[in-house]
Amino acid sequence: MTVTTPDRIEPAAPAAEPAVVSPLRRFWIEFRENKVAVAGLAGCILIVTLAILAPLISPQDPYDLMQLDIMDGRLEPGAQGMAGQTYWLGTDDQGRDMLSGILYGIRISLAVGVASGVLAMMLGASMGLLAAYFGGRVDTLIMRIVDLQLSFPAILLALIMVAVLGQGIDKIIIALVAVQWAYYARTIRGTALVERRKEYIEAARCLALGDARVVFRHLLPNCLPPLIVVGTVQVAHAIALEATLSFLGIGLPITEPSLGLLIANGFEYMLSGKYWISFFPGLALLLTIVSINLVGDQLRDVLNPRLRK
Amino acid sequence: MTVFLIRRLMQAVVVLFVMSLIVFIGVYAIGNPIDILISPEADQIERERAIEALGLHLPMWEQYLVFLQRAVTGDLGRSFAFSTPALELIVERMPATLELAIAAMGISILVGIPLGMWAGFRPESLAGRAIMAGSILGFSLPTFWVGLMLIMVFAVHLGWLPSTGRGETVEFLGLQVSIFTLDGWSHLLLPAFNLALFKMALVIRLTRAGMRENLLMDYVKFARAKGLSTGRVIFVHVMKNIMIPVVTILGLELGSVIAFAVVTETIFAWPGMGKLIIDSINQLDRPVIVAYLLITVSMFIIINLVVDILYSVLDPRVRLKEMKS
Amino acid sequence: MTAANGAPTLVVDGLQTHFHTRAGLLKAVDGVSFTVEKGRILGLVGESGSGKSVTGFSIIGLVDPPGRVVGGRILFNGEDLAQASESRLRDLRGNRIAMIFQDPMMTLNPVLRIDTQMVEALQAHQKMDRATALARARDALGQVGIPSPDERLKSYPHQFSGGMRQRVAIAIALLNRPDVIIADEPTTALDVTIQAQILFEAQKLCREVGTALIWITHDLSVVAGLADEICVMYAGKVVEQGAVDRVLDHPLHPYTRGLIGSVPSRNRRGQPLTQIPGMAPSPLALPAGCSFRPRCPRADEGCKVPPPMAELAPGRYARCIHPHLEEAAAA
Repeated sequence: MTVTTPDRIEPAAPAAEPAVVSPLRRFWIEFRENKVAVAGLAGCILIVTLAILAPLISPQDPYDLMQLDIMDGRLEPGAQGMAGQTYWLGTDDQGRDMLSGILYGIRISLAVGVASGVLAMMLGASMGLLAAYFGGRVDTLIMRIVDLQLSFPAILLALIMVAVLGQGIDKIIIALVAVQWAYYARTIRGTALVERRKEYIEAARCLALGDARVVFRHLLPNCLPPLIVVGTVQVAHAIALEATLSFLGIGLPITEPSLGLLIANGFEYMLSGKYWISFFPGLALLLTIVSINLVGDQLRDVLNPRLRK
Repeated sequence: MTVFLIRRLMQAVVVLFVMSLIVFIGVYAIGNPIDILISPEADQIERERAIEALGLHLPMWEQYLVFLQRAVTGDLGRSFAFSTPALELIVERMPATLELAIAAMGISILVGIPLGMWAGFRPESLAGRAIMAGSILGFSLPTFWVGLMLIMVFAVHLGWLPSTGRGETVEFLGLQVSIFTLDGWSHLLLPAFNLALFKMALVIRLTRAGMRENLLMDYVKFARAKGLSTGRVIFVHVMKNIMIPVVTILGLELGSVIAFAVVTETIFAWPGMGKLIIDSINQLDRPVIVAYLLITVSMFIIINLVVDILYSVLDPRVRLKEMKS
Repeated sequence: MTAANGAPTLVVDGLQTHFHTRAGLLKAVDGVSFTVEKGRILGLVGESGSGKSVTGFSIIGLVDPPGRVVGGRILFNGEDLAQASESRLRDLRGNRIAMIFQDPMMTLNPVLRIDTQMVEALQAHQKMDRATALARARDALGQVGIPSPDERLKSYPHQFSGGMRQRVAIAIALLNRPDVIIADEPTTALDVTIQAQILFEAQKLCREVGTALIWITHDLSVVAGLADEICVMYAGKVVEQGAVDRVLDHPLHPYTRGLIGSVPSRNRRGQPLTQIPGMAPSPLALPAGCSFRPRCPRADEGCKVPPPMAELAPGRYARCIHPHLEEAAAA
């Protein structure tokens, strides 16, 4: 990352030079205009790195019972353990290092969020493209379902899904996908309807290319920008929703301790003033969601062709 | 108007029917409540008697027909866990949830609209920016975590407000309500604020956007050219234009507040429907789950319908179109 | 007839309204002067961006930030509005000085009934009970030719056609019997037939009530039939000024001449329309000297010095050192 002060280009500057800039570079130039969004991006990168490297950088493996010392239970942040190690963020009721727990928790939360986001995007994008490409009855049917679904709040749908499917990591992912696909479908249908009328699609169809080829090779790539924006925001939503469900005890099983579960775990100790068991995982969750949302907001501005100068 | 109403009502019935089918199949297809409800030591005869009593021996479709038949007469089955009618259980807890939801809605409107108007009126000011930053935070903060923090700060550290329960209630129109007692209010304040936070952020954004958009309109300049005071321009001319979309969206959001009450109720141990559903899901108490979902969905459909009608009453342009058609 | 009316209602003297934008200082209005007398109509003409609308808004003190009146005087019955407080301006607005806007679809509040919008305009300026105010409103609607005003008062703006809405807007402007009405392109968005009706009514009202009228437009044909005097604006300055017939028949300034030449006319049927070469300059990058210089067929080195406003013939003013005097003299 080169740290250059962005030169303010005066709007009235006469005859701006049409500099040759690659699309990716131009994207980056526009993206970095918003400092807060850059901070968000840095936050995202940090969190993803932490999640990937969690087993390597954690002071202990929080789920290896051999490494836990029950005597170290509920220690305050910065306290020394029996074995002389420092628990920077304190420990939970089983003497588990909160920092390690959080690092592993981020890993699980992020994995669930991203997995459900990607699956929902695939399902939603396919549905949206189908609706836009074929139109007519297919369109009406799909969009009816989408509209109906979007008129219900995500938490209610998630409750229905959890009630129907039961618990488990796969089931939570299915529930999250079921909750989210409609957003992708609606977004991509809107864009695809506009794209469909453009000449290159006509041209592709005139060449008698197969429907699937036209849809996936020609239509889809041109609908990507709004899909990326929705995807970013939806991953944040998915993480928050999973955390909420897990907190309520109807999300991930205790064998998969995501941030939501960690927070739930500390809930009962909060009333006795042992704030750290809930507080720090919550902070990690907050940081994750805010970072993703900040990036999403800026992506929306940068990728929106209407705001292009 | 009548045609519109009838069409909407028919749609509603179809949605309800589909929902009941999905929910029933889903909920009744999973798990085996017998294992949970009957002690493992029970002998075969006891088990069978229980299965019979709960109607679990019938084939699935028959169970559904029985369920549907009863549902129409308001009988949504008996809770496995409480042995009382599921509908009764939910109706009993509904006032608490509604009270919480309405209080949250009230807070988000009373706080959100003035803040949003100010942020739209002076977007470049320090206060305007701070309000917007706050609303972004309000969107990002997970409700349950904010709830925990509220408890930590106001209940544990400062000790100003109680953290659980509903407090003293008074009977009003045959319902137990807590807004008429000081104790009730002290219990209501934290959960209502917690539930309101997300909607408040939404209200701020909507109002601010509406304000900014409307301030640029010619009618505002014309109103000023008439010599009206800034107060009258903002609070009569602009406000009336902003309120239409805000009221519409908020109306639609009331349903989602009721649904999100699940989270807040769990944290603050608020004795409403939301806490009941979570307990029921954990205990596989199928009739209660089904009843909760059906009732919430029905409430949703009714709310959407009422909002549609309200919208057409509020906006003279829509009203006229309806009259013509 | 003019002189007999005595003191002018409105004197604008060296008005400067500047916009401090991020791109630089934008001198939207830069030294505009004119006078309007009681019962007279002034046509303020120019292309879009010439500063004519900003001039109008400056007079009633409704220039939105980043714009500000930075210089000159606006003497209304002898009182300088450029120095007046906001509360004083509010007292005058809609009361002694009224304004009518371009797009009648946008100027009335869509969600308030006409009676509300009329009554508030009256009650903002005088203590008046609702019944009296409604009666006044009804009279005003009748005055601008709206049939069955009683019923119409209960209507919402969207129940009116565009022409009717503009009549309502004019009625609102008339409510407090103002001394000056500023009309900012009020007929541009309307059909030609409705435009003619409204012009006729405006002229009639003006003569009857003695209201001074400033009619802002880019349409010379409107001014030709309506106004007594004309001010032609270019790039924030008045470039030519005088009695409407004389200016239109024998323009002195090359810009005015170009403007007239680009309007199709029955008198010059069959002749090609002349057009002004080039484009209106960006108000952020005005050429030094005469702003019209780059587009002017008569421009020379002398035009690099800003030309003064000069009385080139009796009652005829123009800001040009190479005016079309020969034609004026020939007439």
